Amino acid sequence: MFKKFSLEPSRIALNLAVLLIIGLWTFPTAGLLISSLRDKNDIAASGWWTALSSANVNKKTHLKDMADQVEKDGKFTISGNVFEGADAVSGKVSAFGTKVQAPGENAAGANAALDGGQSLVVNPDGSYVLSSPTAFTADNSGIRVFYISSQPPRFTLENYQTVLFSEGIGRSFINSLTVTIPATIIPILIAAFAAYALAWMKLPFRGLIIAIIVGLLVVPLQMSLIPLLKLYNAAGTFMGVPSKTYLGVWLAHTGFGLPFAIYLLRSYIAGLPKDLIESAQIDGANDFKIFRRVVLPLCFPALASFAIFQFLWVWNDLLVAIVFLGSGPDQLVLTGKLNALLGSRGGNWEILTASAFVTIIVPLTVFFSLQRYFVRGLLAGSVKGG
Amino acid sequence: MTAQILYAFFTVLLGVGGCFGYFYGSNWLLDRTFPANANNDASAVRNLRIQANIRPWLFLGPALLLLSVYLIFPVIQTVYLSFHDRAGDKYVGLANYKWAFYDDQFRLSIFNNILWLAVVPALCTLMGLIIAVLTDRLWWGNLAKSLIFMPLAISFVGASVIWKFVYDYRGEGQQQIGILNAIVTYFGGDPQVWIALPFWNNFFLMAILVWIQTGFATVILAAALRGIPEDTLEAATIDGAGPFKIFFRIMVPQIYGTILVVWTTITVLVLKIFDIVLTMTNSQWDTSVLANLMFDWMFRGGGDFGRGAAIAIVIMVAVLPIMIWNIRQANAEQKGH
Repeated sequence: MFKKFSLEPSRIALNLAVLLIIGLWTFPTAGLLISSLRDKNDIAASGWWTALSSANVNKKTHLKDMADQVEKDGKFTISGNVFEGADAVSGKVSAFGTKVQAPGENAAGANAALDGGQSLVVNPDGSYVLSSPTAFTADNSGIRVFYISSQPPRFTLENYQTVLFSEGIGRSFINSLTVTIPATIIPILIAAFAAYALAWMKLPFRGLIIAIIVGLLVVPLQMSLIPLLKLYNAAGTFMGVPSKTYLGVWLAHTGFGLPFAIYLLRSYIAGLPKDLIESAQIDGANDFKIFRRVVLPLCFPALASFAIFQFLWVWNDLLVAIVFLGSGPDQLVLTGKLNALLGSRGGNWEILTASAFVTIIVPLTVFFSLQRYFVRGLLAGSVKGG
Repeated sequence: MTAQILYAFFTVLLGVGGCFGYFYGSNWLLDRTFPANANNDASAVRNLRIQANIRPWLFLGPALLLLSVYLIFPVIQTVYLSFHDRAGDKYVGLANYKWAFYDDQFRLSIFNNILWLAVVPALCTLMGLIIAVLTDRLWWGNLAKSLIFMPLAISFVGASVIWKFVYDYRGEGQQQIGILNAIVTYFGGDPQVWIALPFWNNFFLMAILVWIQTGFATVILAAALRGIPEDTLEAATIDGAGPFKIFFRIMVPQIYGTILVVWTTITVLVLKIFDIVLTMTNSQWDTSVLANLMFDWMFRGGGDFGRGAAIAIVIMVAVLPIMIWNIRQANAEQKGH
């Protein structure tokens, strides 16, 4: 609509501005994803934005001692390689030194003069030659060498293996699904019937009921927690069952989700053409039949919108889960588990990033595959009925 | 674990089956008890009228029951509890509110909540508006909006991990692996423990919610912008209005109602904010907000239901004006039908 006064430079500026905003918005998530795929030592050693370049790691080793010295032309030498194991294949020395204060004093390949006329060369491939005009003794051999090794990037799924199988994220994933699926399906039918009644049936106090539901839309969850907890405890004691059960959480999520569900579905169902309902009535169908045969199939998009909302909201919920479910491994959901890990594994970013990615992958998949319904529900739910 | 999956599966079957059973069964019973095809017309008409009177309540029944148990009863009960002692037995009058009024932690939480309320809805709406206007003019605008919208699908806890990583701090001289400190040190500054800087840390927590909610504002406002008649904009262009004049004089007034809706929706969300503070700082370093304070009184230190309830009531009172406004809007819409 602005094409008329958009000159070329302004067009470019516009594209750049939007790109910048998107960069800002996706950068944090990118950091999480990339870090979760990195080697855990790399995560601690360098920022994730350097993941593609080689990481410089400070290392130290002891050179071989006097037993390995070789005499040649009146000069004594000890040679070997600073790399051991896996590093030998991939590592590359960029600098070395013999003092802890200056681990990168000498460039790789350069000849470093040491005390007592000794000299040391460490080559990029890790091989070194320590030479001396006099024979090595126990005092001046087996010295420490510091070197800076650049490691090529390494990407791995190890972190995911760790969190899924030994940190308990796998189990929590199952728990989250256990909470989410019933809590998404159960309210749909209940809300749909109520929504139809409020949209098309004659009943006293209809306006009042709608007003109450609109009011309940914004009631803070916090209001419900204490009384419900007391109620659950009482019911648990009365019936001799634990008060923290999946059933309790399902019902709680159903109750908390209903105002929005009814509100969303009612505005959709009320927007259906009046002729459709009336002609069905003339044909002699009662409301139950009309609802089943006419309304329910037509309001599929609204049902899908609500289902996505409820799914995301339940999956992402932390408060209801920690109040109404226990904290044992058989009941801890992903959000709760992640919160616990933040406390116990605060510095272990390989655990945290991989765990966080496991928790957000499901909602992201749902979101990207069903975005259309999600946006539609958002618009219907918050702008205006219809 | 298998038992759990089976248990969940059967509950779904039972729950959904129960719902179906209830709706079918109750309606069938109604049709049976008051048959519409009775032998004489008078009783058929009477039966139909009875059916029409009862059926809506069959439809509404389960929903009303659940709403009553899970929302209406608790609201009343919380009001009641807020006037009682920690176990909820003894009437203590306004003591809990009086305690709150003089409690430092409560004052701090109120202050922080007000700070959140002042910053987050405004910033989200403003950013959302800017992004909506900018992306509206791009062919790849929808893709851009999806990406900005994406955080909305992420849980607050997940988002907190993402941002805790952004704010990560290593001691001076060490390699910074948090991007914010890396940028600061790159430009020669000193790395900071961002979430432990009293007062300012609130803003670092707010950034997370802004990051999440801007997408919501963008999508709603973009849809509203689409709704502005093309003619209006063309007329303004012909009259020589520049893009800024069009934005402030035509677009903003046209979508004013939507801006208000976005603003209030985010305001309600901010009043209930809990997860972010819990996972980022656990209320340390003066970041407590009302919902977290309430949680602490409920579950930590033995649990004081009276004080917890009083704090919940304060949150409720703050939401009340928005609730009333919403109800009035809904009523006005009803009348318009």
